[in-house]
Amino acid sequence: MSNGNMNLTLKVWRQKNAQTSGKFVTYKAESISPDMSFLEMLDVVNESLTHKGDEPINFDHDCREGICGMCSLYINGHPHGPKRGVTTCQLHMRTFHDGETITIEPWRASAFPVVKDLAVDRSAFDRIQQAGGYVSVNTGGVPDGNAIAIPKVIADEAFNSATCIGCGACVAACKNASAMLFVGAKITQLGLLPQGQPERYRRAQSMVAQMDEEGFGSCTNTGACEAECPKEIKLTNIARMNNDFFSAKLFREEEIHEDKH
Amino acid sequence: MSEIKQTFNSSLGKKLIMALTGLFLCTFIIVHLGGNLLLFSNDNGFGFNVYANFLTHFPPIEVIAYLLYLSILVHALYAIILTVKNRKARPVGYAVAQKSDATWSSKNMGLLGSILFLFIVIHMSDFWFSYHNDKTMGFKEYRTDLKTGVTTDVDYNPGYAEFNKSVSVVNDVEIVRVKDLHARVVRSFSSLWYVIFYVIAMGALSFHLLHGFQSAFRTLGWVHRKYTPVVYAVGTWFFAVIIPLAFAAMPVYYFFMHRG
Amino acid sequence: MSLDAKIPQGPLAEKWSKHKFDLKLVNPANKRKYDIIIVGTGLAGASAAASLAELGYNVKSFCFQDSPRRAHSIAAQGGINAAKNYQNDGDSVYRLFYDTIKGGDYRAREGNVYRLAEVSVNIIDQCVAQGVPFAREYGGLLDNRSFGGSQVSRTFYARGQTGQQLLLGAYSALNRQIHAGKVKMYTRTEMLDVVTIDGHAKGIVTRNMITGAIETHAGHSVLLCTGGYSNVFYLSTNAIGSNVTAAWRAHKRGAFFGNPCYTQIHPTCIPVSGDHQSKLTLMSESLRNDGRVWAPKTVEIAEQLRKGTIKADQVKEDDRDYFLERKYPAFGNLVPRDVASRNAKEMIEEGKGVGGSGFAVFLDFADAIKRLGEETVKAKYGNLFDMYIQITDENPYKQPMRIYPAVHYTMGGLWVDYNLSTNVPGLYALGECNFSDHGANRLGASALMQGLSDGYFVIPYTLGDYLAKIGPKKVDISHPAFEKTKQDVITYINKLLALKGNKTVNEYHRDLGHIMWEYCGMARTEEGLKKAKGLIQALKVDFWKNAIVTGENEEVNASLERAGRIADFIELGELMVDDALMRRESCGGHFRVESQTADGEALRDDENFAFVAAWEFKGENQPEVLHKEALVFESVHLSQRNYA
Repeated sequence: MSNGNMNLTLKVWRQKNAQTSGKFVTYKAESISPDMSFLEMLDVVNESLTHKGDEPINFDHDCREGICGMCSLYINGHPHGPKRGVTTCQLHMRTFHDGETITIEPWRASAFPVVKDLAVDRSAFDRIQQAGGYVSVNTGGVPDGNAIAIPKVIADEAFNSATCIGCGACVAACKNASAMLFVGAKITQLGLLPQGQPERYRRAQSMVAQMDEEGFGSCTNTGACEAECPKEIKLTNIARMNNDFFSAKLFREEEIHEDKH
Repeated sequence: MSEIKQTFNSSLGKKLIMALTGLFLCTFIIVHLGGNLLLFSNDNGFGFNVYANFLTHFPPIEVIAYLLYLSILVHALYAIILTVKNRKARPVGYAVAQKSDATWSSKNMGLLGSILFLFIVIHMSDFWFSYHNDKTMGFKEYRTDLKTGVTTDVDYNPGYAEFNKSVSVVNDVEIVRVKDLHARVVRSFSSLWYVIFYVIAMGALSFHLLHGFQSAFRTLGWVHRKYTPVVYAVGTWFFAVIIPLAFAAMPVYYFFMHRG
Repeated sequence: MSLDAKIPQGPLAEKWSKHKFDLKLVNPANKRKYDIIIVGTGLAGASAAASLAELGYNVKSFCFQDSPRRAHSIAAQGGINAAKNYQNDGDSVYRLFYDTIKGGDYRAREGNVYRLAEVSVNIIDQCVAQGVPFAREYGGLLDNRSFGGSQVSRTFYARGQTGQQLLLGAYSALNRQIHAGKVKMYTRTEMLDVVTIDGHAKGIVTRNMITGAIETHAGHSVLLCTGGYSNVFYLSTNAIGSNVTAAWRAHKRGAFFGNPCYTQIHPTCIPVSGDHQSKLTLMSESLRNDGRVWAPKTVEIAEQLRKGTIKADQVKEDDRDYFLERKYPAFGNLVPRDVASRNAKEMIEEGKGVGGSGFAVFLDFADAIKRLGEETVKAKYGNLFDMYIQITDENPYKQPMRIYPAVHYTMGGLWVDYNLSTNVPGLYALGECNFSDHGANRLGASALMQGLSDGYFVIPYTLGDYLAKIGPKKVDISHPAFEKTKQDVITYINKLLALKGNKTVNEYHRDLGHIMWEYCGMARTEEGLKKAKGLIQALKVDFWKNAIVTGENEEVNASLERAGRIADFIELGELMVDDALMRRESCGGHFRVESQTADGEALRDDENFAFVAAWEFKGENQPEVLHKEALVFESVHLSQRNYA
């Protein structure tokens, strides 16, 4: 089925579920084409495992075009592998060389428990977004799209933050397993836009509070997250989050009003 | 009040404490260096000893000094708290070490900080603690001929324990009697191991500030397309190069100048 | 059974307003007594869940991914149409309606399409209010670009990631409702069946993809927002997980399947590089704003290009055939997708294909780079170019892109009436999951429009009418229908898990894809389709004998998940072939070789085929029964589409 000329050794983390402990298992990936994506290479291995009646390696993946944020994998010391600015699904085997040993691990963070093998549970990210990553407008009754002019530079900058795909590479890369790049990106996007102003300070507080509750570490500004982010989201987002958070906590008179029913 | 408490209990609040204490320590370092530059003036410790006496006996400065000790302790304490929390955030480590592109200094702030803490303990016990408590530390009497401006010095024995400093003018000669910390500096910096330790510590200071200074600004949220490069330049050239080099030059200078 | 599309009477422009007034309302205090089940969290699902929860209904939302934000709407690149006429270039609701009806080759309902055009303007406002960072001009106002099948600039976009930004907007609205406790979110949960009581949909059966638990959920209605079925072709631009299972199981419980053979083949995808390929990647249609499509004029030059003895930029201007500009001077490179795809295919069949395999034509940016500068081109399409470089290891700033058509979207889907209700009362289908608005071909930037229109602005009105009629009485989950359906699902899963043959599910999928692409792809013949039917039937028999499914139910089991989806795709494939066989005309994405004009354009047969084909499931291995919903055109005049 595959007709390439690369032969690789894979050391893959296998773990049945969150309750059991895991271990590395070594597999051979043979006749790999350099045009394959990393996930297609794993597909090849899984096909041969299936033929043998063994259980295939479980990993998260979906769109395979670098935008859904579902794929993960910590490959040879890098989230999404050694190539910058791409997700694992867009990482091609030409990045590796014949005979190489590749170690594949799941994201490691207490807030991202392993689901099975290489897949982890990133629902902590959803909960942080649920805490305040939105503009509270109901459907209908909104002003015309052109009612507010937004300077192009601001719109572009907000877009740059909005490109976050929520993959968790920032957490995986951070020596402290901090989620601040992820959180900062949403706070920055909405904090820059006029639509986000009414809830700007409330949002910063509630999202940071949820982030802390999930058990992520603290940022030490090493910049590993920025270096590994497949969408190249800038460290500046964290500073913007800090600014909004401290402004909210120390200088604003408003508090978070919980609206849970 | 609970709002404030909540703020400083949050991950960001703890970082804020690190940043504020860190920046405060940065300003102290500038002052400390300024004073210590007197060590390079060839006056047999006259200026330095008077400065040391001023620092330890001028009440406002004493208050700031205690703030400073507190800052050091809080900075170290919160570093430990944050490190423990950060370790807990990743209970299972990676088999392959992280190779992400991040500066060496930023990844080793804990190590660098520990070296600095050790240094501060030794440094303070040698100078600060001795200055206050070492009964054997001698005094010097500096006589300056106000007409010629020539200063001579002799050892002085005040005879009673409470003495700290006296200034008098007799026949156009200014007589200043003060504790001779300078002699301790000369003695300490004559030891090669001591000098090496100081130089290493200043290396640690350099890397600690290389990351720490700009990181504090980031933590405070003060980033700006126009000013952040200035912060980087100050953090790099002033705090990570000039200051540690100037401090490190002192033991080296004394080691070679006062070898006999 | 008669098919009533329930299209309101009256003038086209007043249908929706009048209908909204005629619909029954649910008292605000009663809304919280209703439970709504929504499957899928793409543009349609997330927007519907958020909007209905905002109104006060209790919503249960389901997705098979680990987060609602992963739904495949996120991958839509180019943009979203809206009749805002911000550009003052002659756009209007009527023009968007007309372009869409014509683009769909007159196989969509006038009423639906007009409503779509009408609410398109609200969608933009809504998304802007949510903080979606659309592209803007220096003056701070929204920017537009052009898409295929129209001569105005009405497409709103956020670089090449419009779907992502719109989905994240809907996701944020959904999150707000989850936080408010109005939506209960179930991730990594796959819907496997619909529960019907007395002919009404009253719930679903799901499998928890972590524990394997088979669970039942009851509600006053069930909304399927589960996307399209392009993956029946194995290789498509859809996500690996995109599947037809929810829609197909609903079909097997009585919901009619509309126009299953209408498939959109997108002209600008990155060509296949080998057998290992798991999916195809689209290069946004927006690229045809500035990129020029060409093939070499002669087979000899094509041969040299295939062998690599010359490069594309060495081909002289005179030796290039910009075939779309040549044949369709009015629309040029921006002809609709079906037209562009078919022309590329023709070029390749004439031996003028390029690239190693010969299955590609060029999309050239040299002129645009010369005219606008590399920086401007980068700002417009940077992420697409980067993606191209990643995948092909070639630089499109220097050499033209190689492109080839690929399956991208399915216009067919569950049959729904004007209210988005399937023929099973209480069961609704929204977005790509239904068949409704695009006819036989979808115009670019219309899928996002339809998904959001259905979710934000249609279902909140039309669902209320049904709910008001059935009343708020709690659905009794202890009704035997729930247990019965659950047992059916368990039996089915056990049947799959018992498969311990010698061929992987993926291999069956690939085989199915080959059959579908070969015989039910860009061009279809009666002979080919008949052959395909036999092949698919044989494949199905073989699957249930020789497939391998590993592991067990009570764990994360990708092998089992996939097996269920592929089994459904095989059954759907057969229905698609039946539908294509029945439709002996060419229209839009469905090109019957037997039905073409003298110069090779698709030839419709309005007399015999101006209807929606709605197929009824009659039991395992029984032929499905065709129902016809006649298409009535009161406002537009049916004509041969002309883009020249």
